Amino acid sequence: MGSTQALQEIMKWNGWGYSDSRFFFNKKGQAEFTGKRYKLSGLIIPALKDWFESTFGASLQHKTPPILNSSAVHPPTLNETFVEELKSTGIPFSHDAEDRVFRAHGHCLHEIFALREGKFGRVPDMVIWPNCHNDVVKVVELASKHNVCLIPYGGGTSVSSALECPPEETRSIVSLDTSQMNHILWIDEKNLTAHVEAGIVGQDLERLLNESGYCTGHEPDSMEFSSLGGWVATRASGMKKNIYGNIEDLVVHIKMVTPRGVIEKSCQGPRMSTGPDIHHFIMGSEGTLGVVTEVTMKIRPMPEYQKYGSVVFPNFEQGVACLREVARQRCAPASIRLMDNEQFKFGHALKPQVSSIFTSFLDGLKKFYITKFKGFDPNRLCVATLLFEGDRERVLQHEKQVYDIAAKFGGLAAGEDNGQRGYMLTFVIAYLRDLGMDYYVIGESFETSVPWDRVLDICQNVKERIVRECKDKGVQFPPLSTCRVTQTYDAGACVYFYFAFNYRGLSDPVHVYEQVEHAAREEILANGGSLSHHHGVGKLRKEWMRETVSSVGLGMLKSVKDFVDPNNIFGNRNLL
Amino acid sequence: MASKAVYSHRDPMLKKRDDFEDILEERRNSSDLRYALKCYTPVVYKGISPCKADALTNMVLQSSHLHYVISQVSKETGRAVDDVQDEASAILEEMAQRLQLSTIRFFAFTLSKVFKTLFRSICVNEEGIQRLQQAIQEHPVVLLPSHRSYMDFLLMSYLLYTYDLALPVIAAGMDFMGMKFVGEMLRMSGAFFIRRSFGGDKLYWAVFSEYVKTMLKNGYAPVEFFLEGTRSRTSKSLTPKLGLLNIVMDPFFKGEVFDMSLVPVSISYERILEESLYAREMLGVPKPKESTSGLFKARKVLSQNYGSIHVYFGQPVSLRSLAEGRVNRSQFSLVPRHIPKRPSEEIQNFVNDSAYMLVRAQEENMVLKPWVLLASLLLQNHHQSQAPGQKPGMALDELTERVVWLRDLSRQYGAFLHWPDHRAPSDVVSSSLSLHPGLVKISEGRVQLALELAGGDVGPKESRSADTTPEEELLSRAVIVLSCASYRNQALHVFLRPALLALAIHAAASTKKQEVFYSFSFLRNMFSNEFILVPGATVQDFEEACYLLVKTGALQITQQEVLVTERGHRTIVFLTSMLDPFLQGYQVVCRFLCEEATEELTEKQFIPSIRRFIIKHLLAGRLRYTEVLSSDLQKNALAALLRLGAVQKLKGVDQGTLKVNTVMVNSLEDTLGGKLPTQKVVVARL
Repeated sequence: MGSTQALQEIMKWNGWGYSDSRFFFNKKGQAEFTGKRYKLSGLIIPALKDWFESTFGASLQHKTPPILNSSAVHPPTLNETFVEELKSTGIPFSHDAEDRVFRAHGHCLHEIFALREGKFGRVPDMVIWPNCHNDVVKVVELASKHNVCLIPYGGGTSVSSALECPPEETRSIVSLDTSQMNHILWIDEKNLTAHVEAGIVGQDLERLLNESGYCTGHEPDSMEFSSLGGWVATRASGMKKNIYGNIEDLVVHIKMVTPRGVIEKSCQGPRMSTGPDIHHFIMGSEGTLGVVTEVTMKIRPMPEYQKYGSVVFPNFEQGVACLREVARQRCAPASIRLMDNEQFKFGHALKPQVSSIFTSFLDGLKKFYITKFKGFDPNRLCVATLLFEGDRERVLQHEKQVYDIAAKFGGLAAGEDNGQRGYMLTFVIAYLRDLGMDYYVIGESFETSVPWDRVLDICQNVKERIVRECKDKGVQFPPLSTCRVTQTYDAGACVYFYFAFNYRGLSDPVHVYEQVEHAAREEILANGGSLSHHHGVGKLRKEWMRETVSSVGLGMLKSVKDFVDPNNIFGNRNLL
Repeated sequence: MASKAVYSHRDPMLKKRDDFEDILEERRNSSDLRYALKCYTPVVYKGISPCKADALTNMVLQSSHLHYVISQVSKETGRAVDDVQDEASAILEEMAQRLQLSTIRFFAFTLSKVFKTLFRSICVNEEGIQRLQQAIQEHPVVLLPSHRSYMDFLLMSYLLYTYDLALPVIAAGMDFMGMKFVGEMLRMSGAFFIRRSFGGDKLYWAVFSEYVKTMLKNGYAPVEFFLEGTRSRTSKSLTPKLGLLNIVMDPFFKGEVFDMSLVPVSISYERILEESLYAREMLGVPKPKESTSGLFKARKVLSQNYGSIHVYFGQPVSLRSLAEGRVNRSQFSLVPRHIPKRPSEEIQNFVNDSAYMLVRAQEENMVLKPWVLLASLLLQNHHQSQAPGQKPGMALDELTERVVWLRDLSRQYGAFLHWPDHRAPSDVVSSSLSLHPGLVKISEGRVQLALELAGGDVGPKESRSADTTPEEELLSRAVIVLSCASYRNQALHVFLRPALLALAIHAAASTKKQEVFYSFSFLRNMFSNEFILVPGATVQDFEEACYLLVKTGALQITQQEVLVTERGHRTIVFLTSMLDPFLQGYQVVCRFLCEEATEELTEKQFIPSIRRFIIKHLLAGRLRYTEVLSSDLQKNALAALLRLGAVQKLKGVDQGTLKVNTVMVNSLEDTLGGKLPTQKVVVARL
C-alpha cells in the first residue's frame, strides 16, 4: 500500500498526533515532551506540573489511563455486490477493524474520550483508498449504483463531529480516504499556481513546494495532518492569512466528484462574473455533496525573511484596542495573535528548562522590568505574538510600524522567543489535552468571528458563562476558561476559546462538557458572534444553522444537496 | 384544572422572610458624630473601572451613542453640530449627580438626629444587606425601592452608608431642583435629575440613557430608581413605568455586561409623613410646589411620633436568569449597538413583565402593621354604619375580636404582618390606635373614624364657623377617609386576588366555575390600572385565589361549581366590602361619562368635572363612598376605559378631547353593577 498509509502506523489511534510525541510526568514529577519532531521534544518543562495542579486542582496521584481495547468493534455491514464490483476496479480497500476505527472519528473531546474508554459507536464498514481522480469517479459511480453511503476522509482532524457515522444509517458506510491522492500534478510559474491532488497533507504540500522555492502560505494549526480537500470542504483559515488569504482566496479551480458527475469550471481566470460562484457551493459543503479531488491553488515564492515578535500589554482591553488599530491601518503582520492573561500564564508554564544561569537571570530581569518598573499587574497583563514575513528590509520596516502602534496602547516589545513559543504552543496544545486526560482533566477549544466592537464583550461574557455553567453543572474545581484573538479582519476578528476542567467527582464528565460547550456557543451567538469562523458546522453545531443562515438560506442549501445528491450517497449528514 | 399539588410551592404560608434589626438602637447609644465620620470602605463591583464624576460626564459626551444622536439631530434641525453638542453638555450638567462622601456624612449626622426624633425604630433585614453586598461585587446592581415618601431615597443612602455598602446614584424628578439648596445637597448625595416629560426629545433621551448606562456598566455605583415613577399617594403600588427599566436592561441585552442584579426594596412606614398632604392632593387641593421653605414648615411634623419604618432588601434578581429563554439577544447583532432602536415587541413584553414581577416582589415584602388591619375594618364599619339609626363606630372588644380574625386570615394569605404575638390583642389594638390620633377616636368604648361632624356627636372640637359649606365639610371628612384608606391599601395586595374572586362569585350569573372565571377575568381586566395585576396571568391569579379561599375553608370548588361555605360567608363579605368602593367608583366614572360628558370634555377638565359630579351625588346621598373622590381612582378608571376602547382620546385639532362610546361605557357600568352577564362583554372585547 501507499507510503502515507503509513501515517496511520505512526499516529495515535486514540489521541492527537504522532505516537512518538507525547507529554508525560517523569519520576521526579517533571513534565517532559517525548520524540524528536518538535522544538519542545526531548525537553523538560519544569513549571508545567505546578501550573497544571494549581489551575485545575488536579493531582498526579489521580490517573485515568486509557483502556486499550480495539476488539469491541462491530463487524462490518458489507454491500456484497458493491464489494464485488469494487474488486474489479483494483482500487485498494480494507475492512480491518483498526483501519475502520481510525477513520470513524475526528478530534472532538467526546470522540477521543470514548476511544480512550474503549467505546466505539457506528464505525465505517470499509475503507477505500482511491489513487486518483478517476478512481474516485469509479467509486462514486459504484456507490450510487449500489446505494452505499460514502464519507470522504482527509486528515481526520475535524472538530465538528463531521466524521462521526450517523447512527441511524442502515446502508453500508464506506470511508473514502483521499490520502493516496497526494501529488502535486503541476506547477505553473508564469501564473504562480499549482495543481494539486486534494488528499495531500498540509506539511507535505509546503515541503514539496518549498523544494521548488514556493509555498502556499496556508498554515492552519492542524497543517501537520489536515488535507487540502478538507480545507476546501470546511472553508479553512490559515495562520498567515493576512499575507496569503484564507482558502477561499487561495483556490483558483476545484474539481469535485458528485453523484451527478464532476463539477468544475472551464477556465482558470482569476475572477469571474458568471452568476453565483459555484466554488462557494463546494467550499464549506463538509463532504455532503461529493469528494474534492484536485485543486489549483495560488502559490508564492518562499519568503526571504521571517521574524517572530511579541508585545506585552498592561491588560487585554489595551491589547484588543491595539489589534483593532493595526487592522484599521491594514498593516497586520503575517500573523498577529493576542492571548489573554490566563493563556499568557499557560505559555509561561510551557517554558522548557533553561540551560544557562544567564538566560534565567535575563528572564528574571525582564519580569522585574515589566511588573515592577512598568507597573504591569501580572494578573492582568497579556501578550500579543507576531510573525513577520517578506524581504528583510520590509519586514524590519513593518516591524517598527507595528511596534510603534503597540506603544500607543502601552505595549512593550517582549522579544522573539516569547513570540516563537506562542506559535509552538499551537502545535503542542493538542498533545497537552491528552496529558490532561490522563489526569481527570478534559478540555477543548472552539472559535468564532465577531465584529470589532463586540470583541471585548464576547470574550468576557463567554469566559464568564463557562465558569458559571461549570459551577451550575457541579464541576468541583474552577475551570480554565481563556481566549485569544487569533485573526484580524477589516470588520472584525476571530476569537478562540480554550476551556478545560478537572472532572473528578462527576459521573458523566463528557455530558457536562457538552452542556457547557453548548451554553458557551449560545452565549457566543447572543453576543453577535458567528457559529464558526473556520472549524465548520458538522453535526456538532448544525442545530443552529437555521438561525444562522435563515430558513430561506437553509432551503437554498438543501435544494443544492437535493439536486447534486438526491439519494444521499454522501450521507455524513453534516451541515443541514 | 390543575391539582392541589401544583399549588403547594406557592403556598404563601411557606414564604420565608428574614428577621429585622433596628439600626436606630445603635444610634441612640453611640455618638452620631463619630458615626458620621466613621471609616467608610464599601466593597465595589469586581469589574469596576474607577473614575471621578467628571470623567463620567466625559465618557458620556464622547460615547458613540451620543455622537450618533447629536449628528442626527444636527442633520434634522440644521443646527451646527457644536451647538447641539453644547446643548447635550448643558443637559448633562443639569442632570448629573455629584456624589460626595462629605455630603453623605453630613446627612448621616443630621438624619440620625431627625430619624431618632421622628421614628421609634428603623428596621432592616440584615440578611438582605449581606445578599446585596454579595451582589454588588458580582455584577452591576439596580436598586428598586418602593416609593411612598420623599424620605425614601435619603433613607436608602443612609442605610447603605450605615452598612458600609456602595452609595447609589438615584434618578430623581426635576421638581426637587426647585429647592435650590436642597436640590444641590441631594445632588451631592447622589441624586441625578430627570425632567418629568421629554417625550419626543431625542437628544435628552440619548444623554439621559447614556448617562445611566455608563454609570451602570462601569460599576461606578449601584443605580437606584423608583419603578413606580412617582410617590404613591394611596399606598397602593403603582403600575410600573418602563422607561428607566428599559434603559438599565439594555446593556445586558447588548452583551455589554454579563449580568445585572435587580434588587427590589420594600420600605414600609407605620405612619407616612405626607399622609394628609396626599389626601388633600387627591381631593384637589393643589400640591404645594416643593420649596425649601415648605420643607421647613414641615418642621411641625418633627414633633410627632411616626412609629417605625421597615426596610426589606429583597432577593436580588439576576436579569440573565430572568431573560433566559425569553429574550433572544442576537437580535441586536445586526445594527451597531450605539444606534438607538425602538425595542422589539419581545423586549417590550419582557420588560413589562419583569417590571410587574419586581413590583409584586416589593409588595410581598412590605411589612404590615396591625393598624393596617384596623383601618380596613374601621373603614368598612364606617360605610356600613352610615345607615340611619346605626350607632357610629365599633365597640372596642368587637373590633379586637374582628381584628384577631383578620390577623389570622391575612397570615394565611401570606401577609408579612408584624403583629406582636407576645402582647394581648387588646393591647395591640389600643397602642396601634394611639399612633393615629388624627384619624380615629375612641369615645364611650367605641372606636370610630375621627370625622369631626360625622354622626352628630361631635366631640369637644371647637364648633366650626357657621359659614362652612356642606361641600367643605364633605371634603374635610374625605381627608380622613382617604388617609385611612391609604392604610387599608397597604394590605390590598394580600387580599386582592381572593377579593376579586369574591366579587366575581357575587357578580356571576351562576355558581358555574366557568362563569365565575369569566366574571373574575372581566373584573381583573377592568381593575388592572388600579392594582398590580401581572399582564397575562389571569389563570394563575384565578387559581391562586381559588386555592386560598378553599384552603381557608371559605369556598368549595367542585369539578363544575364554586360554592361559598357556611363559615366562608364572613370572609366573602369582608373581601367584597374591601373592593366595593372601587367597584362603585368605577361605576360612577362610567355614569359620569354617559351623563355629563359633552362633546368638549377634555382630559384636562375630566378631574374637576367628575369631582363636581361626585360631590353632588355624595351630598345628595346617592353615593356611599367618600373615597370615590380620590383623583387617583378617577384617573385609573379613565385609563382603564381608554385601554378598553370605551373612551378615545382624539388627536389633531381637538387634541385631548375625550370621545365616549356611550353604549360601551353603559354596558361596562351595567356589568360592573352585576346587571349584565360578563361573558358577553368579555367576548365582545375579544
